[in-house]
Amino acid sequence: MNGFRYLEGVATVRLAEASCTGCGMCAKVCPHGVFSVPDGKARIIDRDACMECGACAMNCPGNAITVSPGVGCATSILNGWLSGSKPSCAC
Amino acid sequence: MEPVSYREGFLDGWVETPAGPVPRVVATLRARDILGRWKVRWGIGRGRYRIAPRLYAAGNPVPESPVLVTANYKMTWDALRKELGGVDAWILVLDTDGVNVWCAAGKGAFGTDEVVRRVTESRLADVVTHRRLILPQLGAPGVSAHRVRKGCGFGVTYGPVYARDIKRFLADGMKAAPEMRRVAFPLAERLSLTPMEIVGLLKPVGLALPVLFLLAGIGPGVFSLSGAWQRGTAALAILAAGILGGAVATPLLLPWIPWKAFSIKGAFIGALLAASGAALYRDAVGPLQTLAILSALPAVSSFVAMNFTGATPFTSPSGVEKEMRRAIPVQAALAASAIVFWITGALAG
Repeated sequence: MNGFRYLEGVATVRLAEASCTGCGMCAKVCPHGVFSVPDGKARIIDRDACMECGACAMNCPGNAITVSPGVGCATSILNGWLSGSKPSCAC
Repeated sequence: MEPVSYREGFLDGWVETPAGPVPRVVATLRARDILGRWKVRWGIGRGRYRIAPRLYAAGNPVPESPVLVTANYKMTWDALRKELGGVDAWILVLDTDGVNVWCAAGKGAFGTDEVVRRVTESRLADVVTHRRLILPQLGAPGVSAHRVRKGCGFGVTYGPVYARDIKRFLADGMKAAPEMRRVAFPLAERLSLTPMEIVGLLKPVGLALPVLFLLAGIGPGVFSLSGAWQRGTAALAILAAGILGGAVATPLLLPWIPWKAFSIKGAFIGALLAASGAALYRDAVGPLQTLAILSALPAVSSFVAMNFTGATPFTSPSGVEKEMRRAIPVQAALAASAIVFWITGALAG
């Protein structure tokens, strides 16, 4: 995704290495290469590439990953603000 | 057995299984499929563009053949089946309300519960001897692989992001090469998404038009119909240019415009268009109108470009919200000053 980097220092993805079982699912499901599992433990190697889709946390059997998941869509966030509820897109 | 309509044109027979006959899929697209895709790209009949969720067969599958899972959006379905020429497989289509895999996973419709439900309802365990499902990688935000195993006994293997890699994935023993696990956002794909951006804006623009023409009538003679028409069409042209800047030019040029925030990218394109327009019509517009153009066009383009974040596969909600909190006040201030410049320019005659 060269040329497609978004804002830095905002992604909410966190990894509790103590709970990591080293299964490697996070690295498999992430479409942006945020994780690497070099030696039986996952590491976050590119947090700023994270789009907070939530695939890693969803598929982590050890519940080692937390992320506030959602869709990075301005229309959806605006709808949420205007309706005073959760972000919702029309797609 | 639920009826399957042959009028849909992508089935050519049945495969007998212990769970009953399963319809077989044609792996080639026809002209009407291409036309259908083009129509939904423009938002025509998008909500109805879906197929029956159930188990299908590709080629001549046997009980050992792999099971591919997908969404019941017809465009998704076509993207998958056209890659299945020469492949013998089962295809389990989930009910995602006619939404693609990625968006449905984000909403949870392409989700753990629906996978378990559809596996059970289709009696997949009677059809195949193995216990493995191949899901598209972009379904992972909605599906928990370990919970699917608990729920129905089937293990989940995440396949490639794109259907075009599915043959290679199967041939390589269900292994996805690293590049098959990454999303891309090439020019052709960005272009194919722009019509929906424009279509989505038609309604708000329609609502804004009466206000625009009413404001345009304000002039030295209190209200003038000819002024309303002249200044109104000029304002509409500025609005249209701003929309094209934000919904077409910015998406197409996305990776080459510096800055990461979409609002800044859009404002930059809008400023370029505004400066070109003002230079082109420098004999026709006064200084206040020029200021109005220079404020209005970047504001519209910036706002519209910001909304393209929803169409991209790389913007995070935390990032978009941060950007919006900063950009919207600036966009609103620019729009307000544009209206002030515009009206005072008209009053000054």
